Amino acid sequence: MDSENELNDNLNDAAEETHESFNPNSFIGTLSVAVVLCLVCSLVVSVAAVALRPIQQRNQENKMKRNVLIAAGLWDPETSTDQDIPEMFKSIETVAVNLPGRAEDAPIPGTLNEEVDLNTYNQVKAAKDPHQSIFIADEDVDDIAGIKRRETVGLAYLVNDSSGKLETVVVPIYGKGLWSTLYGYIALEADCRTVRGITFYQHGETPGLGGEVDNPKWKAQWVGKEIISADGVPDLKVTKPGNATADNQVDGLSGATITSSGVERTVRYWLGEDAYGPFLDRIREQ
Amino acid sequence: MAASKTTDVLFDPVFKSNPIALQVLGICSALAVTTQLDKALVMSLAVTVVVACSNAIIALIRNFIPNSIRIIVQMTVISSLVIVVDQILKAFVPSVADQLSVFVGLIITNCIVMGRAEGFAMKNGVFRSFLDGVGNGLGYSLILVAVGFFRELLGSGTLLGFTILPLATEGGFYVRNGLMLTPPSAFFLIGLFIWVLRSFRTDQAAKDPTRD
Repeated sequence: MDSENELNDNLNDAAEETHESFNPNSFIGTLSVAVVLCLVCSLVVSVAAVALRPIQQRNQENKMKRNVLIAAGLWDPETSTDQDIPEMFKSIETVAVNLPGRAEDAPIPGTLNEEVDLNTYNQVKAAKDPHQSIFIADEDVDDIAGIKRRETVGLAYLVNDSSGKLETVVVPIYGKGLWSTLYGYIALEADCRTVRGITFYQHGETPGLGGEVDNPKWKAQWVGKEIISADGVPDLKVTKPGNATADNQVDGLSGATITSSGVERTVRYWLGEDAYGPFLDRIREQ
Repeated sequence: MAASKTTDVLFDPVFKSNPIALQVLGICSALAVTTQLDKALVMSLAVTVVVACSNAIIALIRNFIPNSIRIIVQMTVISSLVIVVDQILKAFVPSVADQLSVFVGLIITNCIVMGRAEGFAMKNGVFRSFLDGVGNGLGYSLILVAVGFFRELLGSGTLLGFTILPLATEGGFYVRNGLMLTPPSAFFLIGLFIWVLRSFRTDQAAKDPTRD
């Protein structure tokens, strides 16, 4: 803010000296004021944007990593801070996975993609880029997550324990709820069938109803649910509130049927054969 | 206008001519960002900074603003400030900035900011304009914080994220009021607030059209 005032001070001083002969309402005066003002304002805006970009990018990166940790159950909201993220992420291996494609020469789904630069790849952006995504909402395929386009390369986070054994697999998920697209992560145990955690980091559902997807109590009941059957097919049911009895059932949110079933379909889609399913199959075989 | 005392410039907009309660300006954002108190506080601060600085800058250059493009000049100054504030929020309070999302950008179109620039800063000195901006920002903040306070307390049973009224769904006693989480509740609260304010300051009340 200081620089802003200063700049305008300077502008003012400069103009003050010529005040006697300067008529802002003349054609030349109007034009020059407009030009000077635009230059000063664009300078201020660009300086602010450029100077703050590194901090903003780090925030963005931390937010993603923090949510991976939350899904994996490694994040304690009481004690963990952003400073711990690099340390906590040391045991996590990030990989790029080929998701099922449409093209003739599409890579085998479920294999790792070595071409993608993990440091710069932005999966959310890729999903909107026609060159990095495919249209999935045509007639012969059911777009159950309601996302219309899906990226061809997805990230996955492999959490290893201290001996290097795979402990948790975290994958991003997103899909339509009632009002908005919900973005989140789901973490599975090494058997790739049991949930270790789920979290959503961005959505626009009704606060207090669908917005309760953020409620820690609701998220906690996902832990330990066996949502993928033995043959690798997602077998999750989000039931009416209070009706979840079986191991593959999760209580829906009361008053938020559409959000609940949106979450169910989103999870089924992303863990199913049209998305991360082949990748999870490969891990299971190993 | 010029004869009024400096303190009046600062404090008048808080109660006497509150921009939301009396002038009913800027209520769009008052509905959108008041579900939680922390959002309301950050938004209040952002608006106060923007209206104070834009007032000061416009007062500073008021003699050089060509009459024919004065509104555009004001908008340019205001929008530059808003972008800077938005960038700062994204850098230093990312979680709140995420929740406020588009509404910080929409400060540009908040009628309070434009209204003060055109109505006050164009005719007054830098310092007085700055104070007027702070005063109007405070007036806006007062309503926003009050609405945010009641909406978060009654809607979620918390204040600034701390549990005040334990919810019945989580083993407490309080059954939350879902209406408070939806935008219409802000209308009711602002309406009630205006009612209270105008019953103490009867000069602000609109004339009853059914009498004389």
